[in-house]
Amino acid sequence: MPRVVDNQPLSDLIWKMRVEVPRLVTKAKAGQFVIIRVNEQGERVPMSIAGLDHDQGLLSIVYQVVGKTSALMTTVPAGGEISDCVGPLGLPSHVEKWGTACVVGGGIGIAPIYPIAQAYKEAGNKLHTIVGARSKSLLFYEDEHRAVADELHICTDDGSYGHHGFVSDVLKKLLDGGEKVDMVMAIGPVPMMRVVSNLTKDYDVPTWVSLNPLMVDGTGMCGGCRVRVGGETKFACVDGPDFDGHKVDFDLLTSRLSAYRDQERAAMKRLLEDPKCRLTRAVKEFTYPD
Amino acid sequence: MVEKLKLKERMKIPRAVMPEQKPEDRKHNFKEVPYGLTEEQALQEAMRCLDCPKKPCIAGCPVEVDIPGFINLILEKDYAAASRKIKETNSLPAICGRVCPQEEQCEIVCVTGKKYKPVAIGYLERFVSDYEREHDLIELPEIAPPTGRRVAIVGSGPAGLTVAGDLIKLGHQVTIFEALHKPGGVLVYGIPEFRLPKAIVQAECDVLAQMGVEFQNSTVIGKMDTVDELFEQGYDAIFIGTGAGLPNFMGIEGENLIGIYSANEYLTRSNLMRAYDEEGADTPIIRGHKVAVLGGGNTAMDAVRTALRLGAEKAYIVYRRSEKEMPARIEEIHHAEQEGIEFHLLTTPIKFFGDDKGKVRAMECIKMELGEPDASGRRRPVPIKDSNYIMEVDLVVVAIGNSSNPLIQATTPGLETNRWGNITVNPETMQTSRKGLYAGGDIVTGGATVILAAGAGKKAARAIHKYLMEEVKK
Repeated sequence: MPRVVDNQPLSDLIWKMRVEVPRLVTKAKAGQFVIIRVNEQGERVPMSIAGLDHDQGLLSIVYQVVGKTSALMTTVPAGGEISDCVGPLGLPSHVEKWGTACVVGGGIGIAPIYPIAQAYKEAGNKLHTIVGARSKSLLFYEDEHRAVADELHICTDDGSYGHHGFVSDVLKKLLDGGEKVDMVMAIGPVPMMRVVSNLTKDYDVPTWVSLNPLMVDGTGMCGGCRVRVGGETKFACVDGPDFDGHKVDFDLLTSRLSAYRDQERAAMKRLLEDPKCRLTRAVKEFTYPD
Repeated sequence: MVEKLKLKERMKIPRAVMPEQKPEDRKHNFKEVPYGLTEEQALQEAMRCLDCPKKPCIAGCPVEVDIPGFINLILEKDYAAASRKIKETNSLPAICGRVCPQEEQCEIVCVTGKKYKPVAIGYLERFVSDYEREHDLIELPEIAPPTGRRVAIVGSGPAGLTVAGDLIKLGHQVTIFEALHKPGGVLVYGIPEFRLPKAIVQAECDVLAQMGVEFQNSTVIGKMDTVDELFEQGYDAIFIGTGAGLPNFMGIEGENLIGIYSANEYLTRSNLMRAYDEEGADTPIIRGHKVAVLGGGNTAMDAVRTALRLGAEKAYIVYRRSEKEMPARIEEIHHAEQEGIEFHLLTTPIKFFGDDKGKVRAMECIKMELGEPDASGRRRPVPIKDSNYIMEVDLVVVAIGNSSNPLIQATTPGLETNRWGNITVNPETMQTSRKGLYAGGDIVTGGATVILAAGAGKKAARAIHKYLMEEVKK
């Protein structure tokens, strides 16, 4: 079983776990994902790759507590184990030298956009990185992004740090500023990827988004991750996870992501009521946004 | 030895009736439906075998089990020896005794069956293998001295497990790579507990592990290592048994609504992930009240009977041809009928409707009639004009087959496939277009049965052994 090297909060409900999977790390590329199971009764959950340490064979996963499985992930101690970690899955992000590229990470998407930013930079692109969160306490990976980006733009919804506003506001300013941006890659909550894609469509800038539908096997066998792109049904696990943002049916994605909401809430409630469960206070105080 | 009755008396013995859970009980639980024959029943049934000189049953079996041989051992009451006799050619008797379509293989050619009902070979196979396992009589077969040759097997379904069992016995080193977190392939993710208890599959895998087969679960070949990288790592031969692959959908409006599953997803959630056990497993599953399963194969029967057990009030099979054309085993159709499944035959959906939350609430169907035979030899269903009607459903499972998963083909240069993307092989040896690379099971044939996959594994193992000993120098 894969060993967890460390597992720590980056903010109240956003955590980073590093897993020792040396063989997987040698094969993994930016933009791919893994599927993990926390324990024997656990579900299979896809996790974007949020960093690869080739020297030590470590895979980073950044996750937000949104339900039972992610809450349980916070209880795995450093030196502990998770049941499985399979991958790399999906296609790597398309990387080439376009000229000027802009990566946009919103919320939890700040993490998986980081290895892609590294790859874009290594390919010789001038790189703008835009990261945004609801407020300062939810920002992370600032130093990492600063080390890679030619220009790092930070924003918060509440104005507690960086620009006051959304990532799309910053992107619009950049696109209006006269500098030609050749490629945009956005990862974050579905509404954010939708807004970014709508914006870049007006400016005719090719845009990739990384989709995060529900999955079971992650190898094309179940078809649970169907998304609609350009009027065609695709399986995000084998055809993606990156797709042309201008062609994605975001309404369908949003809807399908809600398929198990009631069951997820019930499971989380049972977990929070379980006296044996060793969750941190912050995680225990977790409530669903209504 | 049981005293043999005279031929005439033996022929008078009626064919054993499998004791099973009552339909009204079993449709609310996931326990296995047939209980298995009692010892007394098995002995009676064994007497029905004429031990005829031609033994057509052996030729009828895709893996050529010595059927009269094992039945004679039942008459000697040496059930474990009977099971071992089967294992000489079939590594998976407890599984095949349950899921093989004996009625169209060994039993259809049974000489007893010419005048009476055929000997219940499948029931007997199950009886002896269960007896052996339940009485802790499983003995590891003798293993030849190490040959120094290494074999990689991709996929741990019936084909892969068969290849592994045969090659480890011959002294080769065998590693199985499995993409999922548990071995067994379709036996674990696809076939439900009530038809094939998972503990039996696990027991078969445990025996292989005790014989020295190495299992590497959660390893996706084509993503982790490619076939060529496995060769570079020192595997002398590789067998690909990756199974059926990507689920087909109808391609009609509304098919991505919440509550429309592929059979693969629905069954994987329930079987591999044990979603039916709400307390003991975290994976959710939608429990429909009115469930339609599209298709007429064994997978469709498995899905519709699962829906019933997950609390459906109404569970329908919707199939575009008539009952005669259904690919499912008669026994499975019969079991489904007993449990109260409604069959909407000569019917096909043309559109799905959702509610304001994106959940399926109904489907529009059209009635069909049978026209001229198509390429498959079955009469082609043709829509009847203006026969449309609306069927209320809150869960739909699409069980209309799979197309091949391209993961291995796309990462293995020089590997030839047919126009459906299935790997092409020499039918005698199961060798692909690449030297040392073999394939079998659904990845070659498209969706078929457990025993045909095992049969392909058998052939491949024979050819791989020959190749390893004659062409791989150590």
